[in-house]
Amino acid sequence: MSEKIDTQKIAKLSRLKLTDVESEKLGGYLEQIIDYIDQLNQLDTSNVKPTSHVLPIHNVFRDDEASKSKNMDYLSGAPSNNKGHYEVPKII
Amino acid sequence: MHRKTILQAKEDLKQKKYSAAELTEAIFQRIKSVESKVQAFVHLTKDIALSQAQEADKKISAGLDAPLLGIPIALKDLICMQGARTTCSSKMLDNFIAPYDATVVDRLKKAGAVIVGKTNMDEFAMGSSTENSWYHPTMNPWDLSRVPGGSSGGSAAAVAAHECLAALGSDTGGSIRQPANFCGVTGLKPTYGRVSRFGLVAFASSLDQIGPITKTVTDSALIMNVIAGKDPKDSTSVNIEMPDFMNSLERNLSGLKIGIPREYYTSGIDPEVEASIQEAIKTLESLGMKKVEISLPHLQYSVATYYIIACAEASANLSRYDGVRYGYRSKNSDNLLEMYMNTRQEGFGEEVKRRIMLGTFVLSSGYYDAYYLKGQKVRTLIKQDFESAFDQCDVVIAPNSPITAFKLKERLNDPIKMYLSDIYTISANLAGIPGISIPCGISKKNGMPIGIQLMSKHFDEESLIAVGHQFQLNTDHHLKQPSL
Repeated sequence: MSEKIDTQKIAKLSRLKLTDVESEKLGGYLEQIIDYIDQLNQLDTSNVKPTSHVLPIHNVFRDDEASKSKNMDYLSGAPSNNKGHYEVPKII
Repeated sequence: MHRKTILQAKEDLKQKKYSAAELTEAIFQRIKSVESKVQAFVHLTKDIALSQAQEADKKISAGLDAPLLGIPIALKDLICMQGARTTCSSKMLDNFIAPYDATVVDRLKKAGAVIVGKTNMDEFAMGSSTENSWYHPTMNPWDLSRVPGGSSGGSAAAVAAHECLAALGSDTGGSIRQPANFCGVTGLKPTYGRVSRFGLVAFASSLDQIGPITKTVTDSALIMNVIAGKDPKDSTSVNIEMPDFMNSLERNLSGLKIGIPREYYTSGIDPEVEASIQEAIKTLESLGMKKVEISLPHLQYSVATYYIIACAEASANLSRYDGVRYGYRSKNSDNLLEMYMNTRQEGFGEEVKRRIMLGTFVLSSGYYDAYYLKGQKVRTLIKQDFESAFDQCDVVIAPNSPITAFKLKERLNDPIKMYLSDIYTISANLAGIPGISIPCGISKKNGMPIGIQLMSKHFDEESLIAVGHQFQLNTDHHLKQPSL
């Protein structure tokens, strides 16, 4: 890995607000671990298929049958709710 | 009473030597006397446990039986139990009450188990020492200045300290096997897809698997009989014939081939750990097993591959913690985006942030092929290593950890060194195969337990149970206990 990792950009994509101290520490960590991970480049994988799932199962279908759903109070765990809806700070 | 195995307690309960309520009370008495030292639990579920125990006693009086009737069991705190807190040892979920039972919990309840509490762990199962818990560290019952391993450190410590008869943990890169090893107990990671993950808070969905941590291999077989099997609620659980795992216990080992990977015994392994494993190999040979040298040439790449894949999946899975539907929300935000960013900043611990950042990076535009795709390809090579190994042997024997339990804080500031302590366990998760950790000695240097790891091919937990049980019948390592 030759170029420097843009820690602030990755933090933004991760939806993490970082303090300057955290940003510096995480930047150092990312560089260190990526350096370590770069050893995979020793392997020629041009003819290797990727594995995303270890077992040969693909689409798992079930019959489209109605069943009783569990009566759960989803809103009770929400930090804020109002009139049967989740409540969040203003968006725009 | 608290020192019993599940099998012994089942027999005692049947013969009415004591009641399930008395056994549960004895466990809570034990917790009261040792928990301040060990700190294995995040919270106890005493009221639930006592009513489950009374229910069990009613059934026992009525002459009814069930596989785990009246048996006190603990759950790692990332397994949902309806009405109980499920925190993942994170500030983010400190107030989260699970609205439903995980399938494994549903099955434990139906089997008559008594759930005594939720055990400590590294936050969101990210760590190898249980020091990454937002609440408190857990201490190793064998030496309170040492870690119990992780991430299921609370579960392993609770079993070793007799604060429950058995516990469930989860294993994404060794999180059942390594703490079981560090605490001198038995830990089984089943084949990916063998046990339902419904209700298990996700870390890395293609690697996570729930399994038992117990005092003996027999007890693991008993729990596997209850928790394993296809679940319509988890489409990655596999519809494959369910054996009676208890039938594997008495299998004759004669002629079974045990594979010794030459790469596992090269550098970095403590000579005492290696000697202890060599001793275990001799024991297995004396039971009729044949030794075969095998090769797993991509072992050295497993940690790098794992951190790409596990972190990529984690960064996606943990995006759900946004302060909207459940869990923690930052109070200091003017708009929605700021609320997300502040909530995650304040709610997640250091290691979790590291892994989200790494996962986001390897999936980000411009780096996906170089890292994530590369990792998936090397995963194929690691999987193929095991496929060819199992053409030559039935069971692979390896260490779980190159060292015995280390001191608290010793590795906390060096994340990569911490990651490398999982080198022997990670490849089983990448390949999806089952692995079991079994005590095989005590270090003369520091008095800490040493363990062996056995691995077998997909859905062949039966061989692990057979070999593990015969090993325990012929040795007494698993009977040694910490003087707590």
